[in-house]
Amino acid sequence: MLARVVENVYWLSRYLERAENTARIIGVNTNLLLDLPGGIAPGWLPLVDISGNRAEFDAKGTKGEERDVVQFLIADRQNPGSICSSLHSARENARTLREILPTEAWELLNEFIGDCTRNVDGAINKRTRFDFLKRIVITLQTIAGMLDGTMNRNDAHTFSLLGRNLERADMTSRIVDVRSAQLLPAETPELRPFETVQWMSVLKSLSGYQMYRLKMRTRVKRTEVLQFLLRDDEFPRSCQFCLKQLESALTPLPRSESVLEVLEGAARFVQRAPLATLDQPGLHELIDDIQLRISNVHSRLAEIYFPSGEISGVQRMTGQSQSQRQTSLSFGASAKS
Amino acid sequence: MKTDWTSYPSPGFHDELVGPGGGARAAGRQLMRYLTDMDGDEIAVRQQAAEIAIKAMGITFTVYHEQDGSIDRAWPLDIIPRTISRKEWQKIEAGLVQRAAALNLFINDVYHEQKFIKDGLMPSSIISTSKNFRSVVRGIKPPLGTWAHICGSDLIRDKDGTVYVLEDNLRVPSGVSYMLENRQVIKRVFPELFESAAILPVDDYPSQLYDMLSALSPRKETRPEVVVLTPGIYNSAYFEHAYLARQMGCELVEGRDLAVDSDDVVYMQTVRGWERVDVIYRRIDDDFLDPEVFRKDSSLGVPGLMRAWAAGKVALANAPGAGVADDKLVYTYVPDMIRYYLGEDAILPNVPSWRCGEAKQLEHVLGNLDQLVVKPVDGSGGYGMLMGPMSTRAERGKFADSLKADPRSFIAQPVVTLSTVPTLVNDRLEPRHVDLRPFILSGPQTAVTTGGLTRVALRKGSLVVNSSQGGGSKDTWVVDTDS
Repeated sequence: MLARVVENVYWLSRYLERAENTARIIGVNTNLLLDLPGGIAPGWLPLVDISGNRAEFDAKGTKGEERDVVQFLIADRQNPGSICSSLHSARENARTLREILPTEAWELLNEFIGDCTRNVDGAINKRTRFDFLKRIVITLQTIAGMLDGTMNRNDAHTFSLLGRNLERADMTSRIVDVRSAQLLPAETPELRPFETVQWMSVLKSLSGYQMYRLKMRTRVKRTEVLQFLLRDDEFPRSCQFCLKQLESALTPLPRSESVLEVLEGAARFVQRAPLATLDQPGLHELIDDIQLRISNVHSRLAEIYFPSGEISGVQRMTGQSQSQRQTSLSFGASAKS
Repeated sequence: MKTDWTSYPSPGFHDELVGPGGGARAAGRQLMRYLTDMDGDEIAVRQQAAEIAIKAMGITFTVYHEQDGSIDRAWPLDIIPRTISRKEWQKIEAGLVQRAAALNLFINDVYHEQKFIKDGLMPSSIISTSKNFRSVVRGIKPPLGTWAHICGSDLIRDKDGTVYVLEDNLRVPSGVSYMLENRQVIKRVFPELFESAAILPVDDYPSQLYDMLSALSPRKETRPEVVVLTPGIYNSAYFEHAYLARQMGCELVEGRDLAVDSDDVVYMQTVRGWERVDVIYRRIDDDFLDPEVFRKDSSLGVPGLMRAWAAGKVALANAPGAGVADDKLVYTYVPDMIRYYLGEDAILPNVPSWRCGEAKQLEHVLGNLDQLVVKPVDGSGGYGMLMGPMSTRAERGKFADSLKADPRSFIAQPVVTLSTVPTLVNDRLEPRHVDLRPFILSGPQTAVTTGGLTRVALRKGSLVVNSSQGGGSKDTWVVDTDS
């Protein structure tokens, strides 16, 4: 299959996954703020940091209030990481894949983008926001289900899995990072009662609360939550699980040795992280490291499989390839620093 | 209430279904009997079914819109087919085969000895001033000596029943996918008719196209890698590019998927690495094909592609430069070409044409602008032409100025009234004007589509059939009336 085609499938899946996770993050922040006392509530700006698009947000010169942030993260087409932008980017990629994608998935995505654009006011309004976000998550899960349920198991499907799991691993680490390192001030005795609330919200943002209870059989505690979200081998949104998925998708592909090597390095790193003894700054550093490693997996993958414009002997005189354009919009490590 | 043909008006035109006495022509007898038993509502229900099928099958064409960018529109298909008898079609087919042969010999001659010109049949200035003449391909010998592998010739029928060739499209003619899809839809809508009438099938085209393209491969020992090269999803014919690639089981590539290495071989980048490409069915104009040779700013093409083609490492269909015979001024010489190269008389006549580049003929054209159709020689899609009888004095004045400024760029023709076919308009059947675009494949053998794409001008009285300007389409039935 053409390199360009699999690249488009890969980005389609990444954008869908990104839109879904952004919806999850907004939903849970809304919830969390209702539970925390006003004085210590960290507000909305940390979410802009999660998205890695702080500079774009600051350039808008808003007050940075809830309304501004939610608008920026959901509807703002100038924010390349907003839900609407992600969905449109997903559609642009899907457009070239009409022969490969199940028609139902293409149609659902198209209809949904229309719906989303029409009803975006419902997301800004706190009362209707939950329904709006829930519909995003459900619809995107439906599309992912259609792809899994009806696509031939060929290169296109493989790259769909790669895109989804890479983005998911990245977003999970991001959610853990911002929750733990930025959303709440350092732990103090009087804030202890809220710690559980905070970690529950982290789990819930990943639909992981129920699965956590099922697996860990213990109350919600920091180390166990980190363990569960970063390296559980059963929870499908944990970093480790996603990395394992990447590995099994990559193994049958030709020329995958070097990317598997980078991937194994990342998996080993997550596996060996001393989660129980890390303080908050230490955890933040660890997560930065995980994200960098995930971003390296992407770079290696792109180098091997995506259109490079280069062939031995000649250098083609074409413009930027899609991977170059889109990496700069992705939540790479560079966007955060 | 049944369909009443006595109220079907066809003042002074040749109707393809209804004969002079009000009865059906031979090829349409069963169709008319069938339609007669239905009333307007029943036909309308079938039309709706067709439109639903078109949406469900995702048959679209792209229109460029100032505000919204490019938008996909459902393909417009009128369900009443256009019928032609097999006997008449055989004659047309022979005419098209003859024409494609002469055109290919002419293009090959233009890029080699230019005997046609040296023998005084055409002034050399016509070639040197043709926008589609590519001096860089001179002396190149493409496989089989064929340049225009795929040709779409537009046919029209005048009121006396004569079928004329209106133009030959030798660059990247489109429409064949709609011919194939129209048949799929109409089979669903009128299954009963396909059981009873002897309607010849059309669906062999993708296999014939694939066989023809494969035969051009420079590597005879292996199964050739044939690809379809598209400018991309925003091209108005992208649906067709994707459709043909799918039907042939080929990759649909864009310029950026391909590269030419220092060995002059074309490769495409796949998940498995760079793979050799043997034959490219290119749907990109010459101008954009290779920025090393043609337009430097083109990002649609492949740098080095012309080098690879000239070295015989890859086949291009149609060959670069084939468009030289697409020029409407060159078109006026086709009957002479047939006589010169084949020693035969043209089976299908040209529409009589005035060459505005010749002083006397220009004078006649300027004096009769209100009677004539004046067309740019390199135009397509029905743009930039003057329809004399429907124009205002001011429009004619303006057109006369551009004509005098650049007479080489125009030809003029009498208005051919175009035959009609019953078409569903507000639940009634009314005559609407049609043309016909068959496709001719020239390779080791020459193959002509069975019928072609019938385009219909949906507005009353209009002669403009282009889908970009509100035209529709019809299924075309070549009917065996002897069986």
